[in-house]
This record gives sequence, structure tokens and C-alpha cells, in this order.
Amino acid sequence: MRQIAIYGKGGIGKSTTTQNLVAALAEAGRKCMIIGCDPKADSTRLILNRKMQNTVMDMAREKGTVEDLDLDEVLLSGFKGIRCAESGGPEPGVGCAGRGVITAINFLEENGAYGDDTEFVFYDVLGDVVCGGFAMPIREGKAKEIYIVTSGEMMAMYAANNISRGVLKYAQSGGVRLGGLICNSRKTDMEFELISELASKLGTQLIHFVPRDNEVQRAELRRKTVIDYAPDHPQANEYRELARKIADNRNFVIPTPITMDELEKLLMDYGIMEKEEAA
Amino acid sequence: MIKIKDHNELFCQPDYQEQFGRKKEFERPWPEEKVREISEWTKTPEYRELNFKRENIKINPAKACQPLGAVFCASGFDGCMPFVQGAQGCVAYFRSHLSRHFKEPFAAISTSMTEDAAVFGGLNNMIEGMENTYALYKPKMIAVSTTCMAEVIGDDLNAYIKTAREKGVIPEDLPVPFAHTPSFVGSHIVGYDNMLKGILKTLSEGRKGETNGKVNIIPGFDTYTGNYHELKRLMGLMGAAYTLLADVSDAFDSPNTGEYKLYPGGTPLPDAMDAVNAVGTISLQRYSTAKTMDYIQKEWGHQKTAVRSMIGIKNTDSFFEELSRLTGRPIPAAIETERGRAVDAMVDSHPYVHGKRFALVGDPDQLLGMMSLIMEMGGEPVHIVCTNGDKHFESEAKELLASSPFGAGGTVYIGKDMWHMRSLLFTEPVDILIGNSYAKFLTRDTGTPLIRIGFPLFDRHHLHRQPIIGYQGVINLVSLLVNTVLDELDRKTIDTTSFDVIR
Repeated sequence: MRQIAIYGKGGIGKSTTTQNLVAALAEAGRKCMIIGCDPKADSTRLILNRKMQNTVMDMAREKGTVEDLDLDEVLLSGFKGIRCAESGGPEPGVGCAGRGVITAINFLEENGAYGDDTEFVFYDVLGDVVCGGFAMPIREGKAKEIYIVTSGEMMAMYAANNISRGVLKYAQSGGVRLGGLICNSRKTDMEFELISELASKLGTQLIHFVPRDNEVQRAELRRKTVIDYAPDHPQANEYRELARKIADNRNFVIPTPITMDELEKLLMDYGIMEKEEAA
Repeated sequence: MIKIKDHNELFCQPDYQEQFGRKKEFERPWPEEKVREISEWTKTPEYRELNFKRENIKINPAKACQPLGAVFCASGFDGCMPFVQGAQGCVAYFRSHLSRHFKEPFAAISTSMTEDAAVFGGLNNMIEGMENTYALYKPKMIAVSTTCMAEVIGDDLNAYIKTAREKGVIPEDLPVPFAHTPSFVGSHIVGYDNMLKGILKTLSEGRKGETNGKVNIIPGFDTYTGNYHELKRLMGLMGAAYTLLADVSDAFDSPNTGEYKLYPGGTPLPDAMDAVNAVGTISLQRYSTAKTMDYIQKEWGHQKTAVRSMIGIKNTDSFFEELSRLTGRPIPAAIETERGRAVDAMVDSHPYVHGKRFALVGDPDQLLGMMSLIMEMGGEPVHIVCTNGDKHFESEAKELLASSPFGAGGTVYIGKDMWHMRSLLFTEPVDILIGNSYAKFLTRDTGTPLIRIGFPLFDRHHLHRQPIIGYQGVINLVSLLVNTVLDELDRKTIDTTSFDVIR
């Protein structure tokens, strides 16, 4: 069983990318599971074709304690048998979402949610690793590979670099490794070259460049992945390609994060910063 | 000469009484009559119904928290220092709780996390704590558990321990098992389980080899040091080679030689490391070793056994049968004789215990053992309250009740506390209550005589030194049961012709 965590800046398309690539894996006959680690609980909507109603923390809130939960209340099956669970969490501004992630993952583990035949478990994690709870998926015994979703926008790259820093900390003490960057294109200038260069600076690879296509948006509006909604569309092949590359990936590294100055220099080298300033 | 007054008489002095009076007036403005009225109301079925609907408060729950069980478990290994990643006050509580029960000193480390650690994570606390612990106390093993604070902020123990090693504050080969033990989840028995699993996992790693012919025995969260001595004696009679996993008897029952030993003994680490190669593992408590036994069955390949406890005749029988099967050794005549004596004691006292109604509160495993013994004596378990019992316990306890005609009137309450028990005792009275020291408040309120069995026992001495397991344990428990019945009989007949010298 391979456990994989997907990180990246908030709004970059982690959930969409994850669900599309998992749908592609499932379509190819692989047994997959997605665990959403975000209080917003939108990591499984496209697989279940509706928003998950029973997050682990919602159910715990209802029952008063996690101990009274039954696994089949929070573990649902979606597209091609993909198993889905969402940690859920508190309302914005109260409580501790990080602890919610810890509690949810502990619950799923202890109750055997992962099953014996699961080949891939994907953790879709909230934008920034703001506290210890959001690092839960990459603790010992869980996800050993991480992919960072990014784009050619500066803040997305900045976040990718920051996340690499977090990965570095866990890579030194645990077994977690960076598997690569996934570029979810925003059609910024020289995006492919820029992210390739960032990947090489971080010591990793740009595993796949996912072009921007409105078909993704059309599928999303129907609560579906592109694989599900338009399997013959070229965009579906992009996700299939990404899925194949991840399944075949052998390139796992301890990242080498760069400084803010280096990141800015990179942007200038590719003429991004100047252009921005001129505009 | 100054006469120092005892606590009990000091506060009866007029000046204190006067002060209490003023305090009472200030704190509790309700008139005595109203207080009495409400107090009477709390004894009614109406109040019981409301009490059982209570959701947002626990009153006098019969449980402690996870890390207490974890440090207790850790103290059962030779040279092991229990080490708690968290705030100081928590560790002070574990230490005092254990000291008050055993009347023994107890050492454990706290990493003294404060506000800055809550913000920045407890890595530095862990590293400094490890460095100090190793330099000052020279342990052979450091067993790490956590308090709420470290758990809420998500401290990653595994990563921290690796970092501590990399920084060289502890040697590469020092075993440092760990367990995440949030106090707000489960109870002390879960903490015990988590820590034991962590220790066995760390110590057994890469040591699977030829069988050593021994059998492992896991007592579970058992606070009776007498049980450990008894177990060793019985294993001697059986002539079976064995390893006790978490032998806490030395830590909590060390002889007074005038010299303090920081590490008074426990399971030797080489034995614990070799436990993976035993012919099998018997756990004497299911609910305090659930995860550990799961691990042992999956990773060590040891078979599940039929043993459920060593309390009562049936349970002890099944222990010896399994032990005999595992070791290939016959049950010696000496043990059969002991069994005969226990059965004889039961027969002697049977008329007084038969038909008596019991209320029990405590840990799941101990409750099941006591229920079994009581029903063997013809007693009737009526109220079974288990604050830290889960659904599995509930169904197992119901099954046990259903297995005997004496269980017909019994009801199992999981997740309930001693204030619920208070309502039960008022509305459906019983003859005898069994519980820990905190149950004495129920005795005060309801007049039900209390037999102190369980943990903690703060207000009576040496009870933990008398074994309650095995056939000798049966005799000890039967004598506790019957003599409490007889004390009560004497009390009730004191002014009658039935105040008899022979019972």
C-alpha cells in the first residue's frame, strides 16, 4: 500500500487534481482511497458526486465522542469504488482543526479503514502546514511520498518552497520523501520552464504539467471529475498521464529548499519579476 | 511541649467550627431545610431519570487518564524511566496518584512544556529533557508518553526522538519507545495498552529467531502487587519458564532496606527483547491490552488464547489449562490442592453470599472477573457501572450475565459515572457495593457497605498486597465478600438475640 500526501497553496487545485488523478488510477483498476484533511471537507466531492455529509468530526460532534462512531458512517464509496473519508473540523475561528485531523486519522487507522487490498491512499491536506496536526499524514507509518501542487504564480511557488522546508524536517527524522511537483497551469509566462527549474533547485522533478482547460470547471459544476464526466476529452488523458507517472515514480528525494532571495532571483532570471514590475 | 492535634480532632475545635459556619453562610445561602429537601429529591426515581439524561458533565467518573497508565506500564521494565512530553502538573498528578495508592515513591520525568512550547512545538523540551534524563538518571530505557498539550499541538514523538539521537544527547542504542497518550481520549487502561505496545515493538524489532520455550504473561493494568508475587509463585509450581511483561511489582513494592533505589527492578530488558520468541503470550486483561495483543498476534505470530482473567475459579481454571497447553506441562497436584481449598472456602461461605445483591464499579477487565466470581458464589451482580467501558465490554458483560441464573437481574452501564451509580443505589438498593476509594462517598450517602477493590485505593492500606488472582485470590475475595456480609449482619442485629458469636 502506497500512502501519498498532496500539499500546496490554498486554492491551487489540490483537491481537483487529486480527485482527477485518483479517478484515473481507479479507472485503471487500482484500489484507491482519499482522506480529506481539511475542515472545508471538499476533497471527495467529485468522487462521491456530492459533498460529503458525514465527516469524522461532524459525526463525532453529533455523537459527543469519536469512540461512538462506526466506520461505515464516515467511510463512503464513490466513483469506481474509490473509498472516501473526510476529517472535517470545527467552524472557522473556533476549536482546533489540527487536532481534528489527528483525531480523524487515528480513528480511521484504529478501525481498519485502510483495508487489506487498498493500493493507494491519498491525503489531501489543507493549504498550509500551519501546525502539527496538518503534518499528521506524513508522520511515521503514514504517507511516505509527497507531491506538491503549484503553478507559475509567485505565491504558489513560494508556498511550494515553504512546504519543502516542512518536508525536509520530516524527511530527516522520518522516512518521508518528496516525489515531485505537479504544475496545475495558470497559463502564466514561461510556466513550464519556471516550475521545471524550481523543481530542479528543490532537488526533485516536475512530474507532470497539467494544462489549464475549462473542461475541468464544467465537470466540477456537475460534481464530477473529468475522467467521469468527459472520459474522451484530452484533459482526461492529462490526468491519466499524471496518474501513470505517479504510479511508476521511483524518484523520491529529500528536498533542498531555497531562500527567498534565490526564489526571487529565479523569477527575475526568467524575466517574470521585471515584466510584472514594468506592467 | 506542643501537642499537635490530629486532623480529625483539630477541625472539631470551636474556633474551626465557627469559621466553617461563617464560610458556609457565605458559600451556601440556601437554608438547611431546602438543602435537605433537595437531597431527598436526589434519591427519587424522578431524579434518577434526569440524572441518566445528563450529557455535559461527568461526576466522579471511575477512571484516570491515558498517561497515568503509560507511566505505570513503563515502570515495569528494569532501568526504565517514564518520560512524559507535556506539562509539569500532569506528571505531578500521575506521581501523587500512584504514591497515594501504593504508599511508595514514584519517579517520572516531565518535559515541562509551557506556553512557548505550545506555540513553537515541544522539540526543544524533548531534547533537553532527554539530555538531562540520560545524564542524571542513567536509564537503560526511556519510555515516552504524552499529555493533552503535546497531543493538541501535534508533537511528532517519533521525529523528535530521532532528532534527539542525531544531536547526540542520547546514545544510538538506547531504546526509546514512545506512545501517543492524549488524556482526553480513552482512559488509563488505553494508555497502558499504547505504552506496552510501544515498548514491545521497540524492544522486539529485528529479534525474531528461534523459540526460547518460554511463555509471556501480560498482567495488564493490574495494581495489585500481591498478584505479581502470586503469579510468580504459581509459575514456579508449574515449573514453566516465563516472562512477565511489565512486572511493576518491584517498582511499587520494594523492600525497605534503608537505601533508595531509583530503579528497583522490573522485567529485565533482555527478557523483554526476547519475548517475541516465546511459545505464546497470555494476557490476563483484554481491555487494557487490546492493541498490544493485536500487535503480538499479527507481528509475533502468537495465537489468541481463551484466557480472559485470573479472577474467580472458572477464569483461573482456564488460565492453567491454556498454560498447560502452551508449555506442554501438566498442572501439578499442588495447584489442584489449592483449587480444592478455594472451592472448600466457597462452599463454607456460600450460604451467606448466595442471593446477595451487588453493585460494581471499576475497570472493564476487573469488573468481568468480579462478576464471574460473584456469580460462582451465587451472588447477583445488579448494577455494573463502567465509565471506561466500550460497546465490546458491554456485550461481553451482558453475555456473562446471561450465562448464569444469578446474572438475570443485572444491568450494564457503560460511560456512566458514580453519580449515576448513586441514583441506582437509591432507587434499586443492593447489599454490597464494590469499587475504589472514591466509592466511599456512595457508601456515605446510601449506607451501602463498600468492598474496596480496584484502583485507586487511597484510604485503606495494604489491600494491593493481597492477591486477588488465582485460587488464593478466590479465597481472599471470598473472605472479603463474606466478612463484609457478616459485619453488616452484626451491625443490623446488634440489639437482638441474633447477634451471634457463630456465623
